[in-house]
Amino acid sequence: MSPEQKRRGALLLSLMVGAAALGFLMFGSLGDNLVYYWSPTELIDAGTKAQGASIRLGGMVVPGSVVWDEGGKSLTFQVTDNENTVTVHNRGVPPEMFREGIGTVVEGTIDRAGVFQATRLLVSHNNEYRAPDQEDGHMDDPFKSVEGL
Amino acid sequence: MISTLGQLLIHAALIASAAGIVVSGVAAVRDSAQAHALARRLAYAAAAALTLATGAMEWALITHDFSVSYVAEVGSLATPPIISVVSLWSSLDGSILFWALVLALYQAAFAWRTRDAQPRIASWALVMLQITLVFFTGLVVSVATPFAPLSPAPLDGPGPNALLQNHLLMAIHPPTLYLGYVGMAVPFAMAMAALLTGRLDAHWMRSMRAWSLWVWSFLTLGILLGGWWSYEVLGWGGYWAWDPVENASLLPWLTLTAAMHSLVVTSRRRRFRSWTLSLIIVSFLLTLLGTFMTRSGVFNSVHSFTQSPIGPLFLSFIAIVLVGSLAVVALRLDKVEVGDPPSYQPVSREVMFLLNNLLLSTFAFTVLYGSVYPLVNQAIFGSQISVGGPYFERFAAPLSIGLLALLGVGPSLSWGRTGPGTAARQLAAPVALGLVAGVGTALAGVSGWGVPLAAGLAAFIVTVSLREMAAPVMAALRKEGGTTAAQVARAWLRSRRRQGAHIAHIGTAIAALAITASSSHKVEGEITIEPQQTVSWEGYDFTFTGDEQVRQSYRINHRANLIVRRAAAELGAMEPSMNYYATMSQPLGTPAVMNRVSEDLYLSVVRLVPEGSVTVRAYRQPLVVWLWIGGMLMVLGAALGAWPKRDARP
Repeated sequence: MSPEQKRRGALLLSLMVGAAALGFLMFGSLGDNLVYYWSPTELIDAGTKAQGASIRLGGMVVPGSVVWDEGGKSLTFQVTDNENTVTVHNRGVPPEMFREGIGTVVEGTIDRAGVFQATRLLVSHNNEYRAPDQEDGHMDDPFKSVEGL
Repeated sequence: MISTLGQLLIHAALIASAAGIVVSGVAAVRDSAQAHALARRLAYAAAAALTLATGAMEWALITHDFSVSYVAEVGSLATPPIISVVSLWSSLDGSILFWALVLALYQAAFAWRTRDAQPRIASWALVMLQITLVFFTGLVVSVATPFAPLSPAPLDGPGPNALLQNHLLMAIHPPTLYLGYVGMAVPFAMAMAALLTGRLDAHWMRSMRAWSLWVWSFLTLGILLGGWWSYEVLGWGGYWAWDPVENASLLPWLTLTAAMHSLVVTSRRRRFRSWTLSLIIVSFLLTLLGTFMTRSGVFNSVHSFTQSPIGPLFLSFIAIVLVGSLAVVALRLDKVEVGDPPSYQPVSREVMFLLNNLLLSTFAFTVLYGSVYPLVNQAIFGSQISVGGPYFERFAAPLSIGLLALLGVGPSLSWGRTGPGTAARQLAAPVALGLVAGVGTALAGVSGWGVPLAAGLAAFIVTVSLREMAAPVMAALRKEGGTTAAQVARAWLRSRRRQGAHIAHIGTAIAALAITASSSHKVEGEITIEPQQTVSWEGYDFTFTGDEQVRQSYRINHRANLIVRRAAAELGAMEPSMNYYATMSQPLGTPAVMNRVSEDLYLSVVRLVPEGSVTVRAYRQPLVVWLWIGGMLMVLGAALGAWPKRDARP
């Protein structure tokens, strides 16, 4: 091998090692930073895998389930997709439009006791009325309308 | 009536551009003067037809002609005229029409500027532009049909998405970004023409650089205005969320930035030919991918409209361009003559440019992976996920540090080779100033290592850039004498592009520091205030003087009036509000932002009870204003370089 070829070989090798390292890093960090968009049913199906994961839970606030904590600084309520129901605890004042029976998306994670600890509560903005997809129990609509807000 | 006229005009544009492909192709192969001239005329004809068509659509929007389907979709009698005008790009069909218009105008401008240039290569470029235009006018004719007639015409419409009515920036951000996005087609067409003809001479490269700089200016301005809009309107206290559609605009920006730098090396040192051409082609592909991501409804976002058959068509077009351009690169790259390149050593400006290309490409690749992964995941597993900001930041931070370091080192080294002594002399003072700034920032009590590092790098870059800007002036003063002012003016005229580049570099340094400081030192809180009460938060005193409801034609604006004081000095009033739109079941908030030199104060209403208390989410973020200033310097610098010289045609 000529010195020129050797140099090229070394360069190629270092580029390949660099690319492999980058790929490994990318794959790893991606797995650590995924946010799951789940309905209560999907959240329950995920089981213990859901504990500690970043989750956006979408569904409807169950009428009659909203309980304010003392001082009105946090509240507990239930979110349903008409199949399963998850209890949500939210710290902080909810947005003005928050009420029972409304579509909501909460961000946070589920704790060991099975209570969803929300760090952010969004009320879904629907420009137009669309009936939720009843067939498979999925409610994709709440996500559609809060992104970017 | 307007429906029929519009339909006629867009069909005329489609015919003109389809004929344009054939005529430009014949012109390019046969190299006949008549065919070249006809190809240019067809480009002007398509532009004229689409201008008239867009004019007809605007007329229908302003006069609320609900017999036109697009007007029925986005118009409403209560919408103010200015919002009617900008609703051209507030929904899918209109925005595709606008895309086609911008492309046709670019194409006509390109045909005009290259009218006296080498006709073969210009005609090849026109073929590429016409193919793209046929695709977009084809969409307007077939699946995204803004001019479809509606009968019977409805009496009123819903009006555009309320979010898009909420700020004047909606009138500027989308067209600016379109000028950047769509304009990418021109450098792409030029790169393909260079490959097809096997010629990449100095003239063509200079022209490519000028077009790329224009496109880059618009793209940068568009992204900047998008961030500003998000900050001023959405009320979450940030300007960038690594949202897939934001990433869609960042991707071509990163590769185009790399391409422009690579192009400098290709035109000055006849090196990096394959880098330059590939990066330009990739940038165009990424703008198509970005348009697909934002316009097909595959992502949930403020930018995406309802599902439509446009997605698969876009993917097919991207596939065609990808395969076609790959084939051309593979078959023709070796044929492109750029002349004999001078050699270079490891410590040289060339190598710094190479590292710049590598880092920017890596950056783009990591962002692409994180943005497309959710789509692939959904296609394969059917589950909805997104990739969180920390993934992107993990790569963006180290790569940006590397890029910023290059911004200082690169211009300090000379072409070919730089001896260690020269390099040390060139770098000593800027590095020392950078260290002083960095250590000084840390000693001043700023926590963390991010801000001191960014401050140090910024000082380093600014010093180098200022020295490089002053160098030609000093040399001329020594050699020719004269007044400083005269020599400064002369230096600007002589090397406007280089001066522009250094201004853009200074802007980048300032913006990078602002991004680091505002994201790492953001403080967030929630405050509830009763009427006439004062609450303190983070050194600010907020007095809530009451709420107020203002009735506007299209909405009710319910605002909280707050007076802000700091250390007894009154800073002014802030009025965060909630807006109630007749066409929406829920209100939309508008935050109040107080821009200060050192930090921004930002309030957004969580809850506002009529004649009761107000709850606001409050943010304080240092140096946000400097992001807009730095960004504007980047745009200004690039625009200075792009401005055509009188003798520099095409």
